[in-house]
Parts: sequence; structure tokens; C-alpha cells
Amino acid sequence: MRNAFADELTKLGNEDSRVVMLSGDIGNRLFDKFKDKHPSRFFNCGVAEANMMGVAAGMAMNGLRPVAYTITPFVTTRCLEQIRTDVCYHEAPVTIVAVGAGLAYSGLGPTHHACEDISFLRSIPNMVVICPGDAFEVRGALRAAMQQDRPVYIRMGKKGEPVVHKGPITDFKIGKAITIEEGSDVCLLSTGNMLPEVIEAAHKLKEKGISAEVVSFHTVKPLDEDKLKQAFSRFKLVATIEEHSLIGGFGSAVSEWLVDSETQAKKFLRFGTPDAFFKKSGEQEYAREVLGLTGHQIADKIIHALS
Amino acid sequence: MNVAVRNTAAKPDVAALKAQAAKLRGKIIQMSHKAQAAHLASSLSCADAMTAAYWHVLNIDPANPTDPLRDRFILSKGHAAAALFATLAMKGYFPIEELETYCQDGGRLAEHPPANLLPGVEAATGSLGHGLPLGCGMALAGRIKGESYRVFALLSDGENNEGSVWEAAMFAAAQKLENVCVVVDYNKWQATARSNETLMLAPLRDKWAAFGWDAHEIDGHDVGALAEAMQNIPNGSGKPVALIAHTVKGKGVSFMEDDNNWHYRAPTADEVTKAFKELGLS
Repeated sequence: MRNAFADELTKLGNEDSRVVMLSGDIGNRLFDKFKDKHPSRFFNCGVAEANMMGVAAGMAMNGLRPVAYTITPFVTTRCLEQIRTDVCYHEAPVTIVAVGAGLAYSGLGPTHHACEDISFLRSIPNMVVICPGDAFEVRGALRAAMQQDRPVYIRMGKKGEPVVHKGPITDFKIGKAITIEEGSDVCLLSTGNMLPEVIEAAHKLKEKGISAEVVSFHTVKPLDEDKLKQAFSRFKLVATIEEHSLIGGFGSAVSEWLVDSETQAKKFLRFGTPDAFFKKSGEQEYAREVLGLTGHQIADKIIHALS
Repeated sequence: MNVAVRNTAAKPDVAALKAQAAKLRGKIIQMSHKAQAAHLASSLSCADAMTAAYWHVLNIDPANPTDPLRDRFILSKGHAAAALFATLAMKGYFPIEELETYCQDGGRLAEHPPANLLPGVEAATGSLGHGLPLGCGMALAGRIKGESYRVFALLSDGENNEGSVWEAAMFAAAQKLENVCVVVDYNKWQATARSNETLMLAPLRDKWAAFGWDAHEIDGHDVGALAEAMQNIPNGSGKPVALIAHTVKGKGVSFMEDDNNWHYRAPTADEVTKAFKELGLS
């Protein structure tokens, strides 16, 4: 996802002289093309995220479209007050782009995990929260963010994730979920980098004769309420899947919506990370396996819930 | 490059500025009394810097508060909002009568400057350590767009406790933001204790200099010296400028000066009368 981000950002930088890139001292060589073309609009802000976010807000309040980028915990929880006060309170059109959602950097340990960021950021007024499901959704989200006059948070995976979409998403719309595969029995609402696991889960379910609809629910705030209404009325089971804590994330947002809209769920499952730090070493695949977040485990749990 | 029209007055009219500062102090004291709001002493200690900025230095037009070429002034010590509100009203950004609504239900004048609500307020502050990063972003926006406006940020000494101030200080120096000027209202007190007994600020000028700034100590109540130093931004050093302004908390009213109870206390009607007498106001 991050290469798609850097490439799309370079294109946007060519198209729009307001686009400015702020990096928290990461992405070695990733932004070389942007830097070559727009040296006056690239800033390595160092390992000083609070300042970076304030600088981004100051730029956005004065007509620019800054993108502030670093590893997820550092560009969210590390500088949460600057996001809340400088960016969101001022309604400054800063686009915050995080790399390493959830357990993408599992091997680096809990300092680099990010399973709380959706919870924090979606509770801040004026903030939009987007979790793209693949590289094409990253491109679509970034392009859509630049057309907003408000803060946007884009939560990316890292690099090398399977690409789900066949090509550029020309009609990517913030707050409008994308149906990836149609189905008739259960509906799997996936947000962010869990999308490939969810597609695998759907295929496992199909082997067992269960038809699963797969939706990339890329925008957690604002929620696509029409899609939720359809999902809960049409399917006998709806599940949310995210690489984020079950406290405060996408599943929580859908639960809140269910209660507030007085919608009756036939069966509703939430897949996410537990209320615990993942302290063991190991890469993302291992962590997902331990936490029950792989495609086959998701499928098994759904089959069990239906039986 | 768009060059804004600067205030070209070579020498500040010190007598006029002093009279203006006294009027500003009087207004702040009245507001504090009526609202029974805190942070009076913090507002008084920066009244001379505010006067120098708004009545001599800043290239601003209250009738056109969003002019892209205006100088930006950020009250980073947002708890001195009374000083900012009184200043903006006296400059004509909004009717002077609106100061009567300070801290009243439903008004625009809360205890800290609001975002996107009141003309002339460049940034919502109140949480310390935010004004300078925002100011650096504003200065870079000017550089990118070819606009040569200046950015002033008024910080409290206690605010220098915040790490984000020093992150921004290093950033501004690395980016050679010579259009940025910090004024530190060094009144030697923070909310509940002597500043240097809380976190060691001294030697404060040396610290800013070590962070790459052209740093100077200045008498924070010498309105003429403040006006000249601030008007001289950018000063040719190629660096951002820090003015460490030595001040007295509660300055201008003898029974408030250097008495930290006035960080939170608000004056009685009798105390307002006494203060006005001392300030030469009627």
C-alpha cells in the first residue's frame, strides 16, 4: 500500500500545487520522486510528531493541503492532542496517512502495533476515518481526501499486500462501502488490511455451501448507513472484521449504529484484536493465527455460529 | 513574490504606546472583574508586548482579517485570552461592547481563544505548546506561496515546559524560518510555582540560542524596545528570532505585581478602582 501511496501522492503533487508532504523521518527513498519534482513542498519533520502535526495544521489553515505521514502509533496516539486541537478543532484540511495498521509491524513489538487508533480518531469531531483494503483503495482514498475541506485519517497497511481490485477505482467515495463479492447467506464487512483474509474466509465458506458477501467497508467514519441497513436486513449473519481492538473500532461503530438505529440483528459477530498487548515475537501472519484473525479461522467461527 | 505593505513608522511613538498599554490593562481588569475569570496577572504581564505588536508592528487590517498577506500573531499562551480579546476589540475586529460578553453564556469570548469563531484570532490556543508549531506551518505556507508575511508567537515561560515547543524550535531553526518571532513572556511564575523551581528554564536565552535561534533578552515592559525589536523581523540573521521578555506577573497594578495569587484571583470593584487610579485611568 505504501508504494501506491507514494506514487499517487506524487501524481497529486503534480496536479495540485497546494499538496505538501510531511514525513516523520521515515520512508527512506520512498518519496524520491516527489522530492525531485517538488523539493520546496517536501519536509522531513524529524522524530517530532507533535510539531509535525502542528505544522501541518498551520499550513492547512493557510491554504495548503499537507499530508502528514509516519508509522501508525506515532502519527496518531503520539500526537493525539495536536490532531484533536490543531487539526480537528480548526477544521484544518490535513490528511494524516499512517503506515502499519494493526499488526502490520507485528515483529517490531507493541510499540509499533496500532490497534487503538480508529477508536481515538473516530471520536474526534470533524475527523473522517478511512481504512483502505488494498493499494487501489489507498489511491482512491488519498485522491478523495485531497478534495475534502476537512481533516482525513487514512490507515494503511504496509507493503506487498495482495491487490484485490482489478484496477483504479474511479468512483471511490468517502463513506460508500464497496462490494467485492456478492453473496446471499452471510455478509462479511471488512475494514482495512483484513480484506484478503476476509476474501479467503468467503472462499472457505463457499466450500461448505455458505454464500458470503464480501464488502470493503473502507470508511469507518462516516459509516455507510445504507449498506448497513441492507446487510442487516438481507443476511442471516453479519460480521465485522478489522485488525484493531474490539473496543472502539469498526465493530464498535457498527454496534453503536445498530443500537441507535433500533436495527434488529439476526446474528452479529465482531472479529478484532483483544484487549491485550501482543507481546510475542513473530510476523503478522503468526499474530493473526494466534488471535484467530486468519481467513480459515474467521470461516470456522462463522460456520460454528450458524450451526 | 508578494510583498505586504509594512508599517513604515521608523520609530515607535513610545508615549502613545504607553498610554495604549494602560488602556489595555484597564480593559483587561474590567473584564476579569465582571467575569470573575482567572488569568488576570498572566494577561497583564504580556500587555506591553501585545500593545507593541498590535499598535506598531503587525501589518494587519481589522476590516480584512483574512487578508492572505497579513502578519500572523498567535497568542500561544491562550490563557491570556482577555488580553487578546481586549486588543482585538480595541483594534476594531469586533465591537468593543462585545467584551461585555466575556465568559457569558452563549458568547464568542470563552476563557481561551476559539477556532473559526472570532475575527482576528489566528489560532485556538489554551493547551500550551501548540502556537509555535502552528506558526511554523503558517510561515512555511507563506514561503511556499511566495508571501512574505511574518509570524509572531507569544509564549508564556511555563509553556516552555512543553516538549513540543522545543520540537518546533529545532524545526524552525532547521528550516531557517527568519520570518518567525517568538516572544517569551518571562514573568518567572507558572500557575502554581516559580518557573525555575518547577522545570529549570534558565538560562532561557542561551537555551533558545543553542536551539539555533537569534535569541535576545529584552525588558518586556519597555514597549518601545519591544516595538523596535519585533518590527525588525526578519532581522538579517537568517534565523528565527526569540525575544526573552523579562516581565512582572500582574504588571501595572502594585498590589498584583509578582503575587501569584492573581493567576487565579479576580479583582473586586474596589480593587478595580484602585487599579485604575494606579494606571492613570478614569
